[in-house]
Parts: sequence; C-alpha cells; structure tokens
Amino acid sequence: MPTPATPMSAGAGTGPDGDDPVVVSGLRKSYGPFRAVDDLDLRVRRGEVLALLGPNGAGKTTTVEILQGFRRRDGGRVSVLGCDPAHDRRGWRARIGVVPQSTGGYDDLTVSDVLRHFTALYPRPLPVGRLLEMVGLAAKANVRASTLSGGQQRRLDVAVGVAGDPELIFLDEPTTGLDPAARREAWELVRFFAGRGATTLLTTHYLDEAQALADRAAVIVGGRVVECGPVDRLGAAHRSGATISFRLSRGQSASSVRALFPQLAVDGAGQVSWESTAPTGDLGRLLAWAEQHRLGEITDLQLRRPSLEDNYLRIVAEHTGQPPAADLAGVRAS
Amino acid sequence: MTSSTQPRLLPADFSMRGRSAESGRSAATPPVRPPGLLRTTLARSRVELLAVFRSRQSLVFTMLFPVLMLVILGSIFSGTVQGTNVEFRQVFIAGVLAAGVMSVAFSGLAMNIAVERDRGLIRRLGVSPMPRAAYFLGKLVRVAVTTLLETLVLLAIAVLAFHLPLPADAQHYLTLAWVLPLGTTACALLAVAYSSLIPHAGAAAAIVTPPFIALQFISGVFFPFGQLPSWMQTVAAFFPLKWLAQGFRYVFLPVGFQRVEPAGNWELGHIALVLGIWAVAMLVVSLLTFRWKSTRVH
Repeated sequence: MPTPATPMSAGAGTGPDGDDPVVVSGLRKSYGPFRAVDDLDLRVRRGEVLALLGPNGAGKTTTVEILQGFRRRDGGRVSVLGCDPAHDRRGWRARIGVVPQSTGGYDDLTVSDVLRHFTALYPRPLPVGRLLEMVGLAAKANVRASTLSGGQQRRLDVAVGVAGDPELIFLDEPTTGLDPAARREAWELVRFFAGRGATTLLTTHYLDEAQALADRAAVIVGGRVVECGPVDRLGAAHRSGATISFRLSRGQSASSVRALFPQLAVDGAGQVSWESTAPTGDLGRLLAWAEQHRLGEITDLQLRRPSLEDNYLRIVAEHTGQPPAADLAGVRAS
Repeated sequence: MTSSTQPRLLPADFSMRGRSAESGRSAATPPVRPPGLLRTTLARSRVELLAVFRSRQSLVFTMLFPVLMLVILGSIFSGTVQGTNVEFRQVFIAGVLAAGVMSVAFSGLAMNIAVERDRGLIRRLGVSPMPRAAYFLGKLVRVAVTTLLETLVLLAIAVLAFHLPLPADAQHYLTLAWVLPLGTTACALLAVAYSSLIPHAGAAAAIVTPPFIALQFISGVFFPFGQLPSWMQTVAAFFPLKWLAQGFRYVFLPVGFQRVEPAGNWELGHIALVLGIWAVAMLVVSLLTFRWKSTRVH
C-alpha cells in the first residue's frame, strides 16, 4: 500500500508560518480530567536548537509526541515542516529524525547492520560510512550493537535518528544516564548536527545541557509555555538582582547592620544575607559600615548573581505554587 | 530565510546538502518518494532473519518446547485410538506439529514483538517513513522461516524415532503446502494483534503462555479430539489450533481415521475457511490496534 509522497502544498518558505519548522498555537490535550497540555504556544526557528524545559508531568512529552505524530491533539494548530503531524504522511516522516530517550536493543545485529537497515527506509539517507564517521563508530562497524558501551550505544541511537538526514531532529533527554565523558560526546554530536543546518528540538532535565547546546529555551509548566527566550536571558524579568551575604564574627550583633538593610536574614551560624536590587549601592554602604565599626576584613563576603538554575526554579515555583526548593524533576502533576 | 544556518564545525563537503542550509530548500528540491513496501519489506526481512540465525540461543529455545513434548510424550503414549487401528502416537505427532507452528508463530512472535516494543525499536520504525505493513510482512517472513524449520525438525524426529509414515501421494503434500502457510499466517497475525495486550516484555510469557496451553488441551493435541467433551470441541472450533491440528491429521493419518473425527470427515474446506477468517480478522485488528509508541509512559 504505497502512499504518495507528501505534496508540499505551500513550500516552507511561503506558507503562513514563514520559515519556522515548528509552529504551535493554542495546543490542547487532556487525559480524562487532567489537562496535560493547556493552550500551549511554541515556535522553533529554522536552524536553531531549542531546549524544552519543565518539571515531569508538565506536558513536555505529550507536546513532543503530538509534534511527532504519535498522539492526537484535542485542539489547537500545529505545523511541523509545513505539515500537520496528525496527517502522518510518509514523505513528511522522511524529513524528521527522532532520537528517543531509551536506547534501542538491536540484539544480534552489528552496528553497520543496524545503520544499513535504517538508511534503507529513507529516500535520501546519509551513507552508512558517513554516519559511522559522524558518530565516531567507524572502528565499531562490525561489532555487535549489544556489546557497545553506554556512550557508544547512545551514539548509535543518534546515528539511527539522523539516518534519513532530517531537517528537524527531536532529541529526548539525550544524556540521561550517561557518564560525564559520554555526555560531552553526545553534546558534540548535537552541535555537529546543528552546525549542518538542522533544526533541533531538545527535551532535557539538565539546565547545563540547555545552556551548553541551546540557542533558546522554552519552559513548560502546567501544560503551557510560561517563558521562552535566549537561554542566558531565561527568567530575566524575574531577576531580582543579586544576593549579598557575609558571616558575622563571633559575638558580633546584627542589629547595627540590620538598621541599614532591614530585609536581611541571619541564620544560626551567623550567616547574614539579603536580596539586593541595587547591589553596588548596598555594597558601598556595607563597606562604610565595616569601616565605621573597624571590622577590618568582612568574613565570607559574597555577591552572587542568580544562576540559570535559580531562575528556572523560580519560574517553575511561580507557576506551580511549589517552593523553589523542590528539585528540578520533583513536581509531578500526574 | 533565516540567518543562523552557517555550519560551525564541519568538513567542507557537509555543507553541500542543498536543502536547509542553502537558499533553494524545499521549493527547489521536489519531495522524494520514500522507499516503497517491497524495498522496506526486504530490509525488514533481512534483519529479522539475521536476528533469528545469529541468536542461536533464542532459536533453540523457541523450537525446544515442541521438540521436548514430542520426544517425551511420544515415548510415553502407546496403544491405538479407540475405534481405529491408528496408533495414538501418530495422532499425537500430528497434534504436536500444529502446536509447534503455534508455539513459534504465536507464542514466540508475540513475545518477540513485546520485547521490541519495550526496547523502543517499534517506536523508531514508527517514526521512520517505512510503510507500516513492512514491519508485519517482515515478521511473517521471520515466522515462515522458523516454522518451516520447526516443522522439519519435528518431522525428522517423528520419522526417525517414531517411524511416522510419510504421506504417499501428492494430494496430501499439496494440502500440507497450504495448511502450513495458512496456519502460520493466522497464528502470526494473531500474535501481532495479541501483542497489544502485553503491557511490557516482563509480562509477555505470563500473558501468552496460559491461553496457548489451554488451547493445546482442548484442540486435540494431547487427547484424540473426538474423545473430548462436546462443549470443549465447540469452544476449540472457534480457535485456529483445532483446525491446524485437523489439517495435519489429514496429511499424516490414514483415510480411515476420519471416522472418529466429530464431523465424520476431514472438513478441508472448513479448515481453509476458519484459518483464512482468522488471518484476515487479525490483520484488521492489528492494523487498528497496533501500538507504535513504547508502552512506557512518563
């Protein structure tokens, strides 16, 4: 039952969505009473790496599965490479690549058997030899896939995912369970394919991964995108400046410094800290105070800008009502 | 046209893919038709057979159960079937041949599919442009080769160790030549459909084995079918194993044995009809219910 190849009715450059390979608006999907995806908007630009962040149960997986044509949506508009994934045409599938989270078990096939097999399914595949070189498995071509190390298997997964030379690559938590060296290798691969001009939608739990790989990040909480922008500016709107902290010397009272900074907190160990929206001015006044009280060197004086992780946790906390102390993966909605 | 598509760290020739990196892109390159059913079925069949023959362990274990049954029970059973001068052992051999087909084509395949779904292989194929029928056809090729092998091994043991007389005329071989592939196809498509009931690979054996064992008892594998309670015969008649065993009895037993068949004859037409209905029905069910996603939900 051969299906005709997808006619690209409106070329990607001329359609209503312009050049963007992924355009989602008002996406909705419920499981019973649970709204997994609730009015989600997302746009992935051609050639970029976009990281999809968010706690478990926030709707990341459901969204990605809808984009891949694995799940039907309840409502909203979705365009992936100019087509509706729900139509699930073979010609469209040939243009996307998926690297799932789980490592494929290929029993007794060799690495080149596996790649020869998958490239045979695509109209314009990358040659097997080229794929092997790209993922650094050329020396393992005739080794059984089941005997590869974890990092090598992951590289084989990536090779399988990009066998058809896709325009759009879905990477689902590409480094979960990998050791640090294998993680770096996986990152190199992502950069490599991004460098070839492919668009990448990366789902991840790791903020350092998003920071290392992605041009932009979208944070999904409660089934909608609550923040989307360049990774290093994530949470910029929420940024409250910096945290200033130091330690009181033994026997020293906090009362005189509290008179200057009423919002400060002191913990049992004598650690004084407060959030400052004007850290330069605050530091000046603190130093004058130290001078006046002849304190000499202030113990453990620190000025800390919020990290990406701080900002991310703050965004998640704001939209779930959970305290930011909850770990990255801790907020389960289902 | 966007900006950020300049290749960053690649060998020079990698930038030559006139699609996303260059200006022409989709307008200039007409969509290419993905490989069709024939090519992809060949690709699937190749890896199916490689897997079967490279993994001797799984091949041996799949085939071992019917072989053990034949050797052990074949050595125990003796005497003739009531009302005939046919040795019960011969009747049992015909039954074991049918059970062997079902063991490989149904049990073995259903578990194989459950493992492939667990490992994400089916999902990977599901996101590729492969026509989905190619996966099922590849499984049919896998199962056709393994059941043929199983049948040959069982027949060799039956002839050499238990002196099973082989049929003398073309008529019987001709019947074997359609009963075996039709039964294999029906059992394999049943396996594909049934695999949707298996939540994960760990549960596969528990979900696949009990109904298979029950069917063997009520379908005339271990006992002469004509001696079973009539309600049991009626239940068994709804399932393929009874008809498959009956087909093998026609092929390997003397003509006179049909006297003790419940219908009084071999009902070859019914065998073809029931196995054919099962094959078509399970094909439809499979196409409607087969899960291309992994079962793992997170």
